Amino acid sequence: MNVLNFVHAFFSDGAHWHGYDGIPTRVWEHIQFTLEALAIAAAIGLPVGLVTGHYGRGGNVLALIATAGRALPSFGLLVLLFILLGFGVVPVMIPLVVLAIPPILVTTYEAVRSVDPSPVDAARGMGMQESRILFRVEFPVALPLILSGLRSAAIQIVSTATIAAYVSLGGLGRYIIDGLYQRNYEKVVGGATLVAVMALVTLALFWAVARFTVSPGVRRSA
Amino acid sequence: MSGFFDIPSDLQHSWLGLVGLHLREALLPVLAGLLVSLPVAQLCVRFRWLYPPVLGVTTVLYAIPSLAFFVVLIDYTGQTELTVMIPLAVYSLVVLVPAIVDGVRSVPQETLAAATAMGFGPVRRYLQVQLPIAVPAIIAGLRVATVSSISLVSVGMLIGNQGALGNLLNDANIYHRPELAWNSVITTAVLAILADAALVLVRLLLTPWMPSGTRSRRRKPAAAGPDATVPALEDAR
Repeated sequence: MNVLNFVHAFFSDGAHWHGYDGIPTRVWEHIQFTLEALAIAAAIGLPVGLVTGHYGRGGNVLALIATAGRALPSFGLLVLLFILLGFGVVPVMIPLVVLAIPPILVTTYEAVRSVDPSPVDAARGMGMQESRILFRVEFPVALPLILSGLRSAAIQIVSTATIAAYVSLGGLGRYIIDGLYQRNYEKVVGGATLVAVMALVTLALFWAVARFTVSPGVRRSA
Repeated sequence: MSGFFDIPSDLQHSWLGLVGLHLREALLPVLAGLLVSLPVAQLCVRFRWLYPPVLGVTTVLYAIPSLAFFVVLIDYTGQTELTVMIPLAVYSLVVLVPAIVDGVRSVPQETLAAATAMGFGPVRRYLQVQLPIAVPAIIAGLRVATVSSISLVSVGMLIGNQGALGNLLNDANIYHRPELAWNSVITTAVLAILADAALVLVRLLLTPWMPSGTRSRRRKPAAAGPDATVPALEDAR
């Protein structure tokens, strides 16, 4: 009950809706960081995952990268890079991208590798080129899994971009970090609510994208 | 004076003390998660319709960012270790439940029938046949949950220095001692890798009938359809 009162107080205060520390500004900042990091990570992870998955090689190396990526504490990396490189977007972007690459890479690899080999052989028998096999046969079948990899990467970025407010990044984490220092619990809980809503919206967004892009035939067999 | 392992006195712990604290804050939640997911997974195996909604709920809970989860819990449990451990336990469910369900479901029907024919009751069949066969899948889930839990404890620093090794990060900042941040990152990563290796060892000990190398299994083309545990496991943080 207590928390709900705080949430209500935070959102009904008109002062929280304007200016550089207003809710619209902070939400937009958060979206920008998330999209930027996700785009960079996808630009690296997707091609590598698709090619290695197509040829079915390098699985052990990718598993190693994934374990290493998970073992590296993203928050620790964030603070360390901030101390080493100083204030800026780069020390925040690097950990976010490092965090997001393993799920994209490994899921894409597994998705393409585990496509049923008989349609792939059929496509090859019909004389399709390797690149066309990859994009016309394997990719559509693997798409649900590939999207799930992107989804978990996106959610991790949203969540870690919140923590990045500790090293002076804008975004929704500002409310939580500032609120904790100011002992303003209303602000803390308001920020937490916004972040949680944002993560759930991300989840819903990916669900909707999967709904529209995954071919009905693939969806039925899944 | 300011060596690599010289921990500022405000943390009230030696380096080893912080390591112990970190392991406790990371491993107890995974253990709690395992204790919760075993019965939940069994229910999902028993009643198939239950599985999709359970997966949905764990996925949604998992999506809640750790910092947001922590600060909302402060109202109930204060700035304590418990506030850090509850979300970690909840996060572990998203990996453990599918891992156990897939593991238990992968037990062949003939094996179950054989156990029943030998006079095994449902409880004994579960404990002596289904669980042992599911061990590799369960350990695979535990590995992901443990490693990400160890990494996430550090965030607890933000709520009243409850982050064990993560607390070094704040001290590195306020005392201008970058080596403390290095210490935190390296120690956490090494702990995670050691925990991972320990779980692999546990699997080898618990499943003496399996070939020790995974290589021979990997080479086989996945003709039997996609390996259901893989996407579920990779869904983890």
